[in-house]
Amino acid sequence: MEQILQHLINGLVLGGTYALLGIGLTLIFGLMNVVNFAHGEFYTLGAYTAFAALALAGAGFFVAIAGAIVVGAVLGALCERLLLRPLRGESIDTTMLVMIGVWIAMQNAELLGWGGVAKTIPHPFPTAPFTVGPLSVAPLRVFVFVSALALIAAAHLLIQRTRLGCAMRATFQDRDTAALMGVRIDRIHTATFAFGSALAAAAGALLGPVFLVYPSMGDLASLKAFSVVILGGLGNLAGATLGGLVLGVAEELGAGYVSSGYRDAVGFVIIILVLLFRPSGLFARAERIG
Amino acid sequence: MSTRWLSTLLLIVGAGFMLVAPGSAQSPGTLKIGVIEPLSGPVAASGNYVRMGAEIARDWINARGGVEGRKIDLLIEDNKSDPKEAASAAEKLIVRDKVPAIMGAWGSSMTLAAMPKLEEYGVPMVVETSSAASITKRGNPWIFRISPPSEMEALGLEQYVDKLGVKKADFLAVNTDWGRGSIQAFGDMLKKKGVQVGAAEFMEQAATDMNAQLTKIKQTGGDTLFLTTAVEQITLVLKQGQEQRLQRKVVTTGGSSSPTQLIKQAGPAAEGSYHIVFFMPWFPEAMPDAKLAKAFVDEWAKRGHPFEGLTEGFRGHDGIATIAEAVKLAGKDDPKAIRDALWRVNFTGVNGPVKFEKDGPAGKESGQSKPSIFIVQIRDAKVVLPEFMAKR
Repeated sequence: MEQILQHLINGLVLGGTYALLGIGLTLIFGLMNVVNFAHGEFYTLGAYTAFAALALAGAGFFVAIAGAIVVGAVLGALCERLLLRPLRGESIDTTMLVMIGVWIAMQNAELLGWGGVAKTIPHPFPTAPFTVGPLSVAPLRVFVFVSALALIAAAHLLIQRTRLGCAMRATFQDRDTAALMGVRIDRIHTATFAFGSALAAAAGALLGPVFLVYPSMGDLASLKAFSVVILGGLGNLAGATLGGLVLGVAEELGAGYVSSGYRDAVGFVIIILVLLFRPSGLFARAERIG
Repeated sequence: MSTRWLSTLLLIVGAGFMLVAPGSAQSPGTLKIGVIEPLSGPVAASGNYVRMGAEIARDWINARGGVEGRKIDLLIEDNKSDPKEAASAAEKLIVRDKVPAIMGAWGSSMTLAAMPKLEEYGVPMVVETSSAASITKRGNPWIFRISPPSEMEALGLEQYVDKLGVKKADFLAVNTDWGRGSIQAFGDMLKKKGVQVGAAEFMEQAATDMNAQLTKIKQTGGDTLFLTTAVEQITLVLKQGQEQRLQRKVVTTGGSSSPTQLIKQAGPAAEGSYHIVFFMPWFPEAMPDAKLAKAFVDEWAKRGHPFEGLTEGFRGHDGIATIAEAVKLAGKDDPKAIRDALWRVNFTGVNGPVKFEKDGPAGKESGQSKPSIFIVQIRDAKVVLPEFMAKR
C-alpha cells in the first residue's frame, strides 16, 4: 500500500513536468500548425541559461529561472521571425523540416559551447525529503511540481482571458477575418512561438537542478512532450496537462509493477492504444483551441 | 565597395582551403589508428575523457619519434552513444580512412554492434572500456580487450564481500549489454558466497528519473545496492536515493563512476559509496607502474583536463599504447599482421600489465588481458582506500 502511494506521488511529480513540456508544444502546434521538433532544444537552452546565470554569473536561483524564461522567449521570437515567418503558408512538412534543422543546429551548438560533460545546477532547497510515514518527496520536486502547475494555469488564463489570447484564438480560427478585424497577424505568430518556447525553457530551468544538464537532454524531453501532446489531443491545452499526468503515473506504475526495463515502452503502448481507439486524443471532448 | 567584398570572400575561401589542406594531404609516413568513442549523447563525458587519454598516448609516442619512425595519426569518430552509429563509424574508418587498427567503442552495446564489421573487413579492434562477457565469447578473432569483463570484476570483489558486510544485495543497472551482463556476473558471484539477492532493476541509458526503481528496491530490505551505469546516471541515482531515504551501501561496478565527479555533483549523497575502478589517480604511487601513472596524472593536469576524467582517460592511453606496441612488433601496419602481433604484446600501461590470453570458442578466440582492479570509497568528500584494504 505504501509502495503504491509512493509510486503515485513519484508519478504525479514527474507527470507535472511532462505536462509543462507538453503544453508549450501543443500550443505551438494548435495555434500555428507548426510541428516544433526544436521544442526539446528550448528546454535544453533554459537549463543551460539557468546554469550560466547561477554557476557562472552568480545570480540567485529564482532570478536564474526568470532569466531562462526571458532568454527562451527572445530566442523563440527570433526563431519565428527569421525562419518561420518567411515560410507562412507553406505546407506543414516544410516547417517541420526547418524545425528539425533548428533542433540539430541548436544541439550541436550546445555541444560545441558547453562540451559533453554533464553539469549540475545548485539549488537552495534542503536535500532532506519531506516525509509522511514511509512516504517521502524532495522539497525541490514539490517546488517544481507547484511551479509547473502555476505556469500551466498562467498559460490557460493568458489564452482564455486576455486580449492577446483572444487575438491568438481568432487568428487561428480564421486568419483573414482576424486580420480584417485589425489583429496584427505577424505579432500574434511571434508571440505564440515565443510563449511556447518560454514554457519549454521554464521546464528546462526547473528540471535542470532535479536532473543533470547536458546537450542531448532535450531529446528525451521532446519525446515525452510529443507523447503528451498525442495523448491529450493535438492543440488541446487541458488535454496536454492531463496527458502529462497520465503519462507520468503510467510510466511509474509500469516500472514499479511490470518491469523497469520496459518503463518507456509503457508510455508508448498507451499512445498506440490511444491512437487506435481515440485518435483525436484521450480528452478530445475538452475545448479545442485551433 | 564590391571589390572589398570580393576580396574578403576570397580571403575566407582561401583560409578555408588552408584549414583543409593539412588534413587532406596526409604524409604517407603516418600510422593511422581509428578511434570510436561516444563524444556526444548520454555518456559523452566518458567518451571525451577516453579521447583525451588517447591523445596523450599519441603525443607521447610521437615525441619519442613515433612507431618505427612513423608518427601516429588518430582518426576519431563519434558513435553518439548509439550502437547503430558505432557500426557505421567502424565501416567508415575501415573503408574510407583505411585504418589498420581501431580502438573503441566504450559501451558494450556499441562495441558489439561494431564487431561484425571488424570480422567482415578483417581489422583488429582493441576494446578499452566495455565489460559485457559476450564481447570475447562470441568467437570474433579480431577483438582484443584490455578492460575487465564483469566476471573478472566480480571475482576481484569476491574476497571483500564479507568485509563489506553484504548480506542481501539489490541491483540497478543500465538496460544495455553491459548492465545486464553485470547483474548476471555479480549475482552469480554473490549467490555463490551465500548472499541473498533481492531486486534486479533496469533503467534506460538516457533515463533521468529513477524513482520508480528506487521505490521498488526500498521494499526489499536489502543492505547493499550494486549500481552499474556511467557517472551521469550514478549521480542521479545517488541523489534520488537520498531524496527517498534509501539507506544502502552502494557499490558501483564497471569503472566508469568517476568518484571525483560524484563528490562534486552528488555531494553528500555520494558519501560512503564504494567504487570499483581500474585506475587510482588519487594515489598513483599505488599503481603497478607508479612512474608512468604519475607522469600520466601530471600530463593530464598540464593539459587542463578535469581531474575527474582520469579514471576514464587512462583507458584511451592504454588502448593506443597497446596498438602502437603491436604495430612495432608487427613491423608494418597491415591489419592482419597487427592482429597476429597483438598476441605477442606484453608491456605495462597505466592500469598495469597488458598481455592477451585466449577467450571464447576454440579456433576463433578473442584476446582478453587481465587488468588490475581496485576498490575505493568516498569518505568525508575525499576518495580513500576502504578501511579493509588500507589495513593490508
